[in-house]
Amino acid sequence: MTTPKVSLTHLDQLWFQVAGTLCNLTCHHCFISCSPKNDSFGFLSLDQVRKHLDDSLIAGVKEYYFTGGEPFLNAEFVDILCLTLEYGPATVLTNGTVLKEEWVERLRKAESLSQYGLEFRVSIDGFSPESNDPIRGNGTFGRAMDGVLRLVDAGFLPIITAARTWPMEQDAEILDRFVQMLRDSGYAQPRLKILPTLQMGAEEQRTHGYLDSERLTDEMLTDFDFSQLVCDHSRIVTDRGVHVCPILIESPDSRLGETLSAACDDFPLSHGACMTCYQFGAICSNPSGQAYRVKSDEHGT
Amino acid sequence: MELENSGRESVLQIALLGGVYNNYLALEATLQDASQRGCDEIYCLGDLGAFGPYPDRVFPLLDQYNVTCVQGNYDDSIGNGLDNCQCGYTDPRDNHFAQLSFDYTLANTSSGNRAYLRQLPKEIRLERYGLEILLCHGSPRRINEFLWESATSTQFLEYLGKQHQADIIVGTHTGIKWLRQLADQRWFCNSGVVGRPENDGATNVWYTILDIQTGHHGSSKRRALENVSWRHVPIHYDYRRLACEMEQEAIPTEFIETIRSGWWTTCLEVLPGKERRRGRF
Repeated sequence: MTTPKVSLTHLDQLWFQVAGTLCNLTCHHCFISCSPKNDSFGFLSLDQVRKHLDDSLIAGVKEYYFTGGEPFLNAEFVDILCLTLEYGPATVLTNGTVLKEEWVERLRKAESLSQYGLEFRVSIDGFSPESNDPIRGNGTFGRAMDGVLRLVDAGFLPIITAARTWPMEQDAEILDRFVQMLRDSGYAQPRLKILPTLQMGAEEQRTHGYLDSERLTDEMLTDFDFSQLVCDHSRIVTDRGVHVCPILIESPDSRLGETLSAACDDFPLSHGACMTCYQFGAICSNPSGQAYRVKSDEHGT
Repeated sequence: MELENSGRESVLQIALLGGVYNNYLALEATLQDASQRGCDEIYCLGDLGAFGPYPDRVFPLLDQYNVTCVQGNYDDSIGNGLDNCQCGYTDPRDNHFAQLSFDYTLANTSSGNRAYLRQLPKEIRLERYGLEILLCHGSPRRINEFLWESATSTQFLEYLGKQHQADIIVGTHTGIKWLRQLADQRWFCNSGVVGRPENDGATNVWYTILDIQTGHHGSSKRRALENVSWRHVPIHYDYRRLACEMEQEAIPTEFIETIRSGWWTTCLEVLPGKERRRGRF
């Protein structure tokens, strides 16, 4: 049985692992086991980011994403975001617990001066301390909500991003409770995104890892809309180089090159996580950036 | 907002409208406006159905005013009898309302009009005074791709222009008009939609006129691009009548509220933050 491969159709999304694997939290479901002590990947500097932003102009990148770890642990991160807004739309994946008011004010001003938007995706995994804190740590619900309301007060509309640590059939009920909680807290236009968990990193210990049988085959990908796979249209920069996607950075085969132009090779879908991407589709994108192939679209991949 | 050209007699005027969404009253007002302004050509960028009442009332107007149409994702779905609009919502509330709208439109579009929708092209290419103009619904590469002003970089639009060999790309799909000049004076334009107001608290809708001044171009593409200008045109129509007809057809009150208030009440999930916070919901 051969391992199917995916070509980079176009580099729509450029990600930055801007805080490496360092995080102020130690969530039990983190797919790359980020923590205050995990420095296996380091911070990206403003100059490093600038170099890749310059390269991204030639590549025609549509939008930029920043993740970690916790991006705001990087002391240069606010400068990095302000710079990025000169190049294109930016999205930050944050736990919301370390946001300072002066940073938020500066970012709001930078966004208002830019033709592009700055999105915040704040990770909260339950609509209450009782449902969130066992996964993300004691007191994190309240601290993350403080961050959400700080963003809302500044005029941002953060997307609350919750990993599905509940049975899928409870989605509608849990979404309703999230929306109600956010409205009750003073967030009048709540936005939500539910993500599947990835059975790797810390989550492998919390529940289980991928089975050897959970691998994609050519047969499964017959007539499949490859644009639903992150590696079809994304790459991520870490302090080690350019990798295929934000999920697999710890896998040695994920590093494809030193620069964007050197990281365009096809990638074999040999990982269990590829199955989750296949099953759920577009798991890393913002809702505004999603588009799947229509049935009769001759331009589809 | 509207910019008037001087010397109109020397201008090729191309009317570009998108997202009719069954709003035949706004469509008729738009086409009358374009005709009164002397537009030379009229193009619709797709999504004839959705949202409003009496889908079949749209089609005779397209014929009467000689409108050439691009296929939108909704037209693909209705034409081919699919089970949803292919907008790709994931929020359950958005999907609920989108489905109500889709089921109503599918049930009330004649087989002849569905056949018309099926055969519409996914893009139209025009060559005018040496300029390559590409008309599409979402993006040149994907019929249902949302290209929002705040979420689309200039270098990406330039990539699309090069990839698809177009000096000017015009799309719709998002429901909110915008315009950006690219390198070498090329353009991307979202025409806006005539089917519903654009989430700004006003009841009017919008279409766009592309003006190309004629007579000075010779063979120079650059000169032709220098002579391109745009007008976003507001259209005021009898939205109260449309709202009453929507009530008669038992269309969800959420959609009627949008027509009466100018604020979007559904399908909000796909809006980027910057566009969403301009709205009420």
